[in-house]
Amino acid sequence: MLFQLRSKRFAYLAASIALTFVVSACAGGGTDTSTEAPEGETAEAPAEGGGDLSGSIAIDGSSTVFPVSEAMAEEFMAANPGTQVTVGTSGTGGGFEKFCNGETQVSNASRIIEADEIAACEEAGIEFIEIPIAQDALTVVVNPENDWAECMTIEQLSTMWAPEAQDTVTNWNQVDPSFPDAPLALYGPGTDSGTFDYFTDVVNGEEGASRGDYTSSEDDNVIVQGVVGDPNAIGYFGYAFFEANSDSLKAVQIDGGEGCVSPSVETVLDGSYTPFSRPLFIYVSAAALEEPHVRGFVDFYLDAANASLVEEVGYVPLGDELTPLVQARVENGTTGSAFADAPEEASIPEILAQ
Amino acid sequence: MTATDPNAFSQSSSAEQHFSSDLSGRYRLDNIFRIASWVATVTALVVLAFLLIDVLIDGIPRLDWQFITSFPSRSAERAGILAPLVGTIWLLFVTALFAFPIGVGAGIFLEEFAGDNLFARILEVNIGNLAAVPSIIYGLLGLAVFVRVFLPITGGRTVFSAGLTLALLILPVIIVATREALRAVPSSLRQAGMALGATRWQTVREHVLPQAFPGILTGTILALSRAIGETAPLIVIGAQTFVPFVPSFRGTGFSALPIQIFNWVGRPQAEFHVNAAAGIIVLMIVLVAMNATAIYLRNRFQAEKM
Repeated sequence: MLFQLRSKRFAYLAASIALTFVVSACAGGGTDTSTEAPEGETAEAPAEGGGDLSGSIAIDGSSTVFPVSEAMAEEFMAANPGTQVTVGTSGTGGGFEKFCNGETQVSNASRIIEADEIAACEEAGIEFIEIPIAQDALTVVVNPENDWAECMTIEQLSTMWAPEAQDTVTNWNQVDPSFPDAPLALYGPGTDSGTFDYFTDVVNGEEGASRGDYTSSEDDNVIVQGVVGDPNAIGYFGYAFFEANSDSLKAVQIDGGEGCVSPSVETVLDGSYTPFSRPLFIYVSAAALEEPHVRGFVDFYLDAANASLVEEVGYVPLGDELTPLVQARVENGTTGSAFADAPEEASIPEILAQ
Repeated sequence: MTATDPNAFSQSSSAEQHFSSDLSGRYRLDNIFRIASWVATVTALVVLAFLLIDVLIDGIPRLDWQFITSFPSRSAERAGILAPLVGTIWLLFVTALFAFPIGVGAGIFLEEFAGDNLFARILEVNIGNLAAVPSIIYGLLGLAVFVRVFLPITGGRTVFSAGLTLALLILPVIIVATREALRAVPSSLRQAGMALGATRWQTVREHVLPQAFPGILTGTILALSRAIGETAPLIVIGAQTFVPFVPSFRGTGFSALPIQIFNWVGRPQAEFHVNAAAGIIVLMIVLVAMNATAIYLRNRFQAEKM
């Protein structure tokens, strides 16, 4: 009796294992053909915006850029049902690692590619085209009850955030004598964040140089909660987080030397919100770009008609000035990183025009 | 102090007094300890209940058929959890398929067959150490071995590779649980079996293993529950966040529930946070379904033993 039961159980197990391998074989076979077939098809199909592109595109990289690529992938796939786009979020560095290993065709990046990453790509024989796709306004926020910090200069922010400020600058009136005698509560992103790198570079003159005694979180929503809950708080993050919480937070105007400017789509587009507007990138493999579906995706990404998608997810589009410059870059197949070679003070149009 | 105590009575009367006066004191101590352990239990339950209620309030209104059957999207209302849900179920299946037989087999070998020699002791120490290795290390191991070396078999960054990596991750836990369960079976059972002329394997198969099976299952379930909550090794293996199709066993491009939930939690828009709560509920349902299956199986095995 017992043995019978047991052998029945073994039969079940054997059957289910067998089933698994049959299913897996089918599944594996299925994907193989679906990735091979499209290339044959697309060879005949003319590219350019048509709804008949097919093939798969693998994207990975920055989680900051992710929402833009997700939105583009979603709409691109809706327009071209034969295509399959996946987007991962293993971070800008992790994305480049896969990209330079030939595993992805497109890499999302919230910063410029670094020298060692360029070297890795070169070694693997992967040429890339650097494409700015959107802009982000780094936003300094305070509690709505804060009526003194309407506008701040970079120097004031530096007084607050410099490594030397640690344990010494703890009161608002130390930042500016006109500010009230109130304790300073600082909130900011953690050291792994691209926003942190950018802010410290601009404010303290060196990437990663920051005081350490502030409330840091890798989740920007924590910073939002912190500033919402404390009238004496100040924090910074990407514009999307301010936009989603604009009724419970106040953005500080930034005086970059030419008067106070609030962060907004308009001020980023007209270039007046400096120095806190930063470009976001995708890096596309030059070899992959020759394939019609990848080219179609990049064209779709840069199409001015799709700029509303960028705004929808909380970022600032490239705008009328930059879009043609970037499109020309793709058209000419200009490889290499213009931003990595550019001098510190060059503006985005200047860099792209090179 | 006691030396100058004028109330120092004879030995026996002092002992009597001591005993009777302390009775209520000991009861009080008893009560204090009871209350302390009650508070400990209730604290754990209250925290759990608070978390559950918070997630349920946020997530239940969002949880509908559309949510279960849709792919990710930039708009929170249209986004769904189908790809990560299927990915997680795939992963569970592959992980259990490999970790369970290998883990239980190794546990049986070490407990019943290996004896007490140097080799077994070295294995034992290493398995104990492996159980404490951070999961990201397993992710890197999986990347090097399953994604790169076994590329022709696993297909690279696939559900198959990720499932194998998670299987490795929980293998030590299953082995340790199996050994504990086997150790709890009285050795008189083994002696009786062998005294009647059964071989070691017959004794293990017919008597020891059925006794230990419920314990083994419990350990496996705990291990699998850990596996489905893992994110770090999956990201290393290559799990994606935006997967607009149902992932297959050996196809590239898969996602898992914890990754999707993590992505939604980190988004600026509050609607995505609601999606995350609904995603957590889906994850909990998968977990509860899995545990229920195991408890059902365990009860059947227990009933069978009678």
